[in-house]
Amino acid sequence: MNKQLPVLTLKDFATDQEVRWCPGCGDYAILKTIQKLMPQLQRPRENQVFVSGIGCSSRFPYYMNTYGFHTIHGRAPAIATGIKLANPELDVWVVSGDGDGFSIGGNHMLHVIRRNVNLQILLFNNEIYGLTKGQYSPTSQPGTRSPSSPEGSTDSPLSPCAVALGSGGTFVARSIDTETKHLSAIATRGYAHDGAAFIEILQNCPIYNDGIFEQLKDKKQAPDFRVELAHGQPILFGQENEKGIHLNRESLSLEVIEVADNEDRILVHDEANKVQAQLLAAMAGPKFPVAVGVLYREDKTSFTENNRERIETARSKPGSLKELLHSGHTWEVS
Amino acid sequence: MELAEEKLGEHHLDEKEVVDVVVRFAGDSGDGMQLTGANFTEATALYGNDLSTFPDFPAEIRAPVGATFGVSAFQIYFGAEDVTTAGDALDVLVAMNPAALLTNIANLIDGGLIIADSGAFTAKNLTKAKYKNSPLEDGSLDAFRILSINISKQVLAAVEPFGLSHKAALRCKNMWTLGLVMWLFDRDRVPTIENLKAKFADMPEIADANVVALNAGHAYGETAELPAGIHLYKVPKAKVAPGTYRNVTGTTALAWGLIAGSELADINLLFASYPITPASNLLHEMVNRKQFRVNTFQAEDEIAAVCAATGASFAGSLGVTSSSGPGIALKQEGIALAAATELPLVIVNTQRGGPSTGLPTKTEQSDFNMALYGRHSDTPMPVIASTTSVDCFEVAIEAVRIATKYMTPVMLLSDGYLANAAEPWRIPDVDSLQPFPVSHHTDAKDFKPSLRDDKTLARVWAKPGTTGTEHRIGGIERNFETGDISYDPANHQKMTELRAAKIAGIADDIPLQEVCFGNDSGRLAVVGWGSTFGAIHQAVKRACGEGLDVSHIQVRYLSPLPSNLGELLRRFEAVLIPEMNTGQFIRLIRSEFLIDAEGVNKVAGQPFKIGEILAAIHKKLADLEAGESGSAS
Repeated sequence: MNKQLPVLTLKDFATDQEVRWCPGCGDYAILKTIQKLMPQLQRPRENQVFVSGIGCSSRFPYYMNTYGFHTIHGRAPAIATGIKLANPELDVWVVSGDGDGFSIGGNHMLHVIRRNVNLQILLFNNEIYGLTKGQYSPTSQPGTRSPSSPEGSTDSPLSPCAVALGSGGTFVARSIDTETKHLSAIATRGYAHDGAAFIEILQNCPIYNDGIFEQLKDKKQAPDFRVELAHGQPILFGQENEKGIHLNRESLSLEVIEVADNEDRILVHDEANKVQAQLLAAMAGPKFPVAVGVLYREDKTSFTENNRERIETARSKPGSLKELLHSGHTWEVS
Repeated sequence: MELAEEKLGEHHLDEKEVVDVVVRFAGDSGDGMQLTGANFTEATALYGNDLSTFPDFPAEIRAPVGATFGVSAFQIYFGAEDVTTAGDALDVLVAMNPAALLTNIANLIDGGLIIADSGAFTAKNLTKAKYKNSPLEDGSLDAFRILSINISKQVLAAVEPFGLSHKAALRCKNMWTLGLVMWLFDRDRVPTIENLKAKFADMPEIADANVVALNAGHAYGETAELPAGIHLYKVPKAKVAPGTYRNVTGTTALAWGLIAGSELADINLLFASYPITPASNLLHEMVNRKQFRVNTFQAEDEIAAVCAATGASFAGSLGVTSSSGPGIALKQEGIALAAATELPLVIVNTQRGGPSTGLPTKTEQSDFNMALYGRHSDTPMPVIASTTSVDCFEVAIEAVRIATKYMTPVMLLSDGYLANAAEPWRIPDVDSLQPFPVSHHTDAKDFKPSLRDDKTLARVWAKPGTTGTEHRIGGIERNFETGDISYDPANHQKMTELRAAKIAGIADDIPLQEVCFGNDSGRLAVVGWGSTFGAIHQAVKRACGEGLDVSHIQVRYLSPLPSNLGELLRRFEAVLIPEMNTGQFIRLIRSEFLIDAEGVNKVAGQPFKIGEILAAIHKKLADLEAGESGSAS
């Protein structure tokens, strides 16, 4: 596209709608980051489409001055697939939550990832149902007390990134709501990825699940509780980067080790290594830091590309309705 | 309760010339009866008879050999006059094994012809059909003519030169039998030979073996000493309007109608679907039509299919989704989203017997209520039904027209019978079809997603990618003026009324209801919808032939109803409504028009027989008569 684009700013991507999230909600920070990112993508505003399901996060499209479709619970990936099939030129973003994307819409999520549909999927994970007033979600930690689990939940949670990898994800990343720079960088890479870019965003719900990610977000504690992955770099963390992740090749498991005198035993992050990505995705406290960054990425023909090829091949000779109706055996009556 | 049925006048196979004939090919599901029937249908159409077919197959893909529940049948009714059903009773029954004979013999007329493969009447197969003795030999079939031939043996001898395995050689049995039946009715084998060569292009020896078997069956008819009273029959050609004809099933006609609709609307079409019997063939047909403005998507489930179609509509294409009852139930939330956001969407429901899995391969009309009322909340939606296989073409075009013109989901009702039944189609001149081009909104000035056409009340359609019309839509109630989300009580009232008024207004844009046979007022109107057309048509025609005052009305537009329907029905003393359900459309007629209509209801997984409708007509007229004489005395 060589069209001269007007210079746009964050304001051009904000709507006149009153934002209705609770004060202090992590969604505000994500919204701001994405609005700010938009002008940097250098793409026409009219080509951006935000599609969401149901839940707090799914109000997102109403606040983006682009095309937007607030749909039904869990179905945003399917709607987005239809949009891409109708017009592959559009940039389609799916905004979903842990309940929307992995409970009611779990089936669509795994299939949209498996098919490698060219979408940016922003999965806001606050480990709770917000809009329905605080019930436990498929990512809630066991023991979560909620209106529907007063004695504490007993269901095991799933890891969105692990499911995305298991579904054949070609771009699987994790970031944090208030880490503007990190999130913006991850979203930019996801946008550039030719295929389904799955981005889990750890997001704080100040009302029903406040502070669950505090250790990852608090400037003082974060170095000990999260590790930022960078392709080709050793996986280090701690206040002085004094700790590292080691792969025990005997047990095929990860270990936290001291860096001192162990530099060559520290695992180097390789975005192309799927088995490693699974191990990193599963890291959780208190034993391990939580990994953020791009866990996995691979080049694979996208759904949109496969579809484009099929259509172009079929239409190399456009169909004639008249010929179709007269195809096969016909006979004349005079 | 079994429906009363009248035996229709039968043409016994005594004469050399017969007016019409019903033939049923029945065998194991692996015997190739559907292929046999399809080829016989084509030959019959080329011969010049009018015809109607009824493929009747089990849900099991390959039931155990010889089992009664594995019998697959193909019925064809052909003749010199207009044929609109697959026939009530059989003149000829082809039974490839004892199970096929057992499950179909009750429908054979006295004096009818049985062609049986005696080679398949083994002790084992007889036991499976629970016959103690071979019915071919114990005299129990004395009321019929029997042509008992060891077809298996004949075929093995005929194809011996090809050196096929015993199993592969026996697979040619159906073509040998077809050859014999083609001789019986003087059909041309050339198209079948061409079909076989095309079908087995990669396996020329199999193609040749089948052709040899076909010819051998034909030669057997020509040369063998047949029992007395079995000879070649002439069925005079039907008088039909001049033109170019082809055979078409409802599925094919519907697919082609959707394609024609997209061309007439000048719009791309996304067909998103999930496999389900008997709707899957529509997906198969559409997948092969991407040379048109068609794209297809096999979704992960029914819900994803309707959602992808809705997404495509949001993006400016026309989304179409297709399923059968259980799948439509799953789609309803998505359909309501399209209704709420006022996006076009076509939903094809090929109805089958239910509830739940029910009778997946059998036909029924029991999704009428779901089509009209099956969504949450006040969610009105146009519903139209096709009446014949051929009619599926026009109805599909009409669904596309209404969906795009009124920005609404439209449900198209077909059923398992229409989907699979083939009938001759006078191919329309595509240049004579009336275009209805869609124009997407591109004017950015004062744009709001809530803009609507004053007359149709259709919301504006601005597609992503258009500069200056960026907007958001969604499932939350939208403000009438701005399209923004609104929880205002008065606005919700207004929007609910608007949605209802928009759909109701379509009544002014559809044809007035006509009477399709008989007078437009009088004693009795038989009112149907959907695939009951054929049986009602024949029954009313016969009743009129008896001098009775009966008319036939077939309603295509079920929601909204044609604006004159109530007035038209009131011109009749009585209204009879046959439906393949327990009485769904009749409740609408009774509640809308306060007409004391009477139902004729059948839920047997099989279409109505002409005799069943005729019996209901006779009874109703007799009741009217008795009521009058009763009040006079």
